[in-house]
Amino acid sequence: MSTTKWIAAAAVSTMLIAGHALAEDKKVVAVSIPAADHGWTAGIVYHAQAAAKEINAAFPNVEVVVKTSPSATAQVSALEDLSAGRKLDALVILPYTSEELTTPVKAVKDAGTFITVVDRGLNDPTIQDLYLAGDNIAVGRNTAKFMIDKLGGKGNLVVLRGIPTVIDDERIQGFQDAIKGTDLKVLDIQYANWNSDEAFKLMQDYLAKYPQIDAVWANDDDMLLGVLEAVKESGRKDIKLALGGNGMKDIVKKVIDGDAMTPVETPYPPAMIKTAIYMTVANLVGQAPVRGAVKLDAPLITQENAEEYYFPDSPF
Amino acid sequence: MTVITGPTALKPERDWNIGWADVGPFLALAALMVIGFAINQDFLSATNLGNVITRSAFIAIIAVGATFVISSGGLDLSVGSMAAFITGITIMFMNRMAPEWGVAAIPAGMLVAVAVGLLCGLMNGLIVTVGKIEPFIATLGTMGIFRALITYMSDGGTIPIDRGLRDAYRPVYFGTFAGIPFPILISIAVAAIASFILYKMKYGRKCAAVGANEDVARYSGISIIKTRTIAYAIQGACVAIAAICYVPRLGAATPTTGVLWELQVITAVVIGGTALRGGKGHVWGTVAGAVILELIANLMVLSDFVSEYLVAGVQGVIIIIAMLIQRFSK
Repeated sequence: MSTTKWIAAAAVSTMLIAGHALAEDKKVVAVSIPAADHGWTAGIVYHAQAAAKEINAAFPNVEVVVKTSPSATAQVSALEDLSAGRKLDALVILPYTSEELTTPVKAVKDAGTFITVVDRGLNDPTIQDLYLAGDNIAVGRNTAKFMIDKLGGKGNLVVLRGIPTVIDDERIQGFQDAIKGTDLKVLDIQYANWNSDEAFKLMQDYLAKYPQIDAVWANDDDMLLGVLEAVKESGRKDIKLALGGNGMKDIVKKVIDGDAMTPVETPYPPAMIKTAIYMTVANLVGQAPVRGAVKLDAPLITQENAEEYYFPDSPF
Repeated sequence: MTVITGPTALKPERDWNIGWADVGPFLALAALMVIGFAINQDFLSATNLGNVITRSAFIAIIAVGATFVISSGGLDLSVGSMAAFITGITIMFMNRMAPEWGVAAIPAGMLVAVAVGLLCGLMNGLIVTVGKIEPFIATLGTMGIFRALITYMSDGGTIPIDRGLRDAYRPVYFGTFAGIPFPILISIAVAAIASFILYKMKYGRKCAAVGANEDVARYSGISIIKTRTIAYAIQGACVAIAAICYVPRLGAATPTTGVLWELQVITAVVIGGTALRGGKGHVWGTVAGAVILELIANLMVLSDFVSEYLVAGVQGVIIIIAMLIQRFSK
């Protein structure tokens, strides 16, 4: 469903739930996430909604409310709105920014709400009861390990970076640490801002500049799409591997189909929001202890396990 | 950049005086090519130049439209979002019609694109002229609207084109005629038509007159509203043509399609010699400006001097130096 439609739906259901909660003493779990503005956040929205639907159907005494916000400021307001009318039993939040959301989340926590933070940490880690994130260093490291194996420890690489952020730095760091000491040589590394068009252009330039490229790593699947198009157009046969990262369905499909150039994928799955919501509810409903920090690994997605990471209905 | 004044616009039709503003961008282009070749011999290879000029086609085509808007004293910030929106609508239309019409859905989709582009442009134009809203604010508003619509249509993800149409449509971006890629031919055609309108037709002179001095133009009996609105509609059509060339490149529209294109477009127009405050437009200069922008980006990758962290900064410095050279060598 579209963002607007379901912001509206969330608002309506919020009101309904408020009434219900009082009547039936339902446990309320609020989920606050960024609005879908690119592939990965679109995946977050999709999986959060799926989790809400499944849990609301499975547990009649739990109500999961999902709310998306298009900016950090809007997310702060959303938190105020969510907690204004009633008591929240738990809040699952993927903060837009660490700085701006720390104090507002603290306020919700002080009212006695269980706090689950996903992906991006808050400035004060004592606020969270449960922290769940992927492992960006492993995304880079596992991709590098596969390349080392596949290329026999030597070859020429080109790398495409995303937007200068911690996420991007960690992926690149994991990759570079892993290829240290091997004969894999990074010929070039440039920013393409996690954008297909920019990646297409950058890859064309790489192809013009280097006569022999053995493998390409775009640290995100949006960029990989641009890379693949540029390679296809050039007709060059020297590129043996073109790998991405994140777990976009089009790329996972390639892995399932046994694509020669993209035989594996490394996940930083937006479905992690679902893991976080389920764990939070497990604590509320089943009294399962979940307090702590959970780091999802980034295991290689291969033809054997790809179905596990394939969501054909997700926008991402 | 030339100072454009009223009299320039009222020059006789047959005046073939070529001023610095006409030649400047091309000299800059030539200089850039020489520098590029000195840095990396591959720079002038047919493949590399072909790639770069083909890539610059989107910005060039949109910027030709922007030359009309800016020359008439307006501004359009919505072009990047509009390109994404039109791309989305076009792909959705083609996908819908593909099962019934087959490959014929492609030309039909192109017509839809142009129609939508004209409407979007017309809307911008009417808000600015009839609504009397500052162009900056009006198009900032529609920029948000178009961007939101493409995000809504794609659920924040991608709108891919039907696989059956993909291969049939691919040649529009990747194909060549007599060795020249189609997008280059299309931008040359668009620029040729635009320069005919701007320099040989009455409308072109009205455009420059309105941009140079609104009051004088009004006293001369020129309809400001009509002139400016038409300029925005032309802009919309140009964005649509760019979108038509864009679809086959990656075969999808996403919420990040065309982000910040508006700034590249405006930069191309200004590098091309058209004053941002309006007056005489320089269509061919604009095209050169778009190619210059893309060449600078290409050069950054092909050279090894610049740290990846500083690329954007160096690009900014080169653009400013290029403008300063134009200004002081008059």
